Amino acid sequence: MIYLWAFLVGGAICVIGQLLMDVLALTPAHTMSTLVVAGAAADAFGIYDPLVKFAGAGASVPITSFGNSLVHGALTELERDGWIGVVTGIFDVTSAGISAAIVFSFLAALVARPKG
Amino acid sequence: MGAGLAFASFLRRCPDLPAKTRKSGVKLKLDTLTPDDYEKLSKPFVPSRPVFKNCIRAFLSGGLICLIGQGIQEAFMAGFDMTSKEAASPTVAVLILISVILTSLGVYDKLAQWCGAGTAVPVTGFANSMCSAALEHRAEGLVLGVGANMFKLAGSVIVFGVVAAFVVGVIYAILGFGGGHL
Repeated sequence: MIYLWAFLVGGAICVIGQLLMDVLALTPAHTMSTLVVAGAAADAFGIYDPLVKFAGAGASVPITSFGNSLVHGALTELERDGWIGVVTGIFDVTSAGISAAIVFSFLAALVARPKG
Repeated sequence: MGAGLAFASFLRRCPDLPAKTRKSGVKLKLDTLTPDDYEKLSKPFVPSRPVFKNCIRAFLSGGLICLIGQGIQEAFMAGFDMTSKEAASPTVAVLILISVILTSLGVYDKLAQWCGAGTAVPVTGFANSMCSAALEHRAEGLVLGVGANMFKLAGSVIVFGVVAAFVVGVIYAILGFGGGHL
């Protein structure tokens, strides 16, 4: 069942992105930034976590979850370390994604040539 | 006509134009088009976007990527005895690895033409933008090319995500929520 919801919710978030691009004529960069901020806002109101619980990867794979994770990191360390945690905690949860993207992209640039 | 009037007033505000042109303005419309006028003139000739078709494609492809992500996540949970929360990070890392490989082979960008936002919105699209920027600027060297340009497209996502998270964190701190959610 979680697979079905992952498909439906993940697809729906992508449709929102497509609508931002087509109807509002945003550039891809504007669209992604909007979605990330939307994800951060959703977590601020505590509605993104229930969505992740409900849809699994359908909510944690789209870029909105990046905003969600940034807020999560900030809030977790805010609770633990006080004020300074807002800055020190932001990249806590997203480290895996960003580090993986940097390392793999760098290695790819060493071995591959641009296509097309 | 609103456009014509706006155009005439625009011409009057252009001191560089010869007086005669400024007065009769409209005759030379093509030479002195403002970006707004150009958009109005060209609008009938811009192909309309097939919004519905694009949305169906984005839905199917984006959903499929999330479905694959769910499969990877379940595999991590079963194989390494992780909770779904612990498995989320390695899942994202695997998806990014797949995306980087497909980008290096030139496959991802072909898929993206069909899928639109379906391949851009998932985290794989984030990795794709970084990897393609890295590949594209490889010729300029590792430091000035790869290093300096990798975040050319992905940078805005990180900047706005971090600023948004900071704002949320500060609001929570000021309102004294501590860190527990609302």
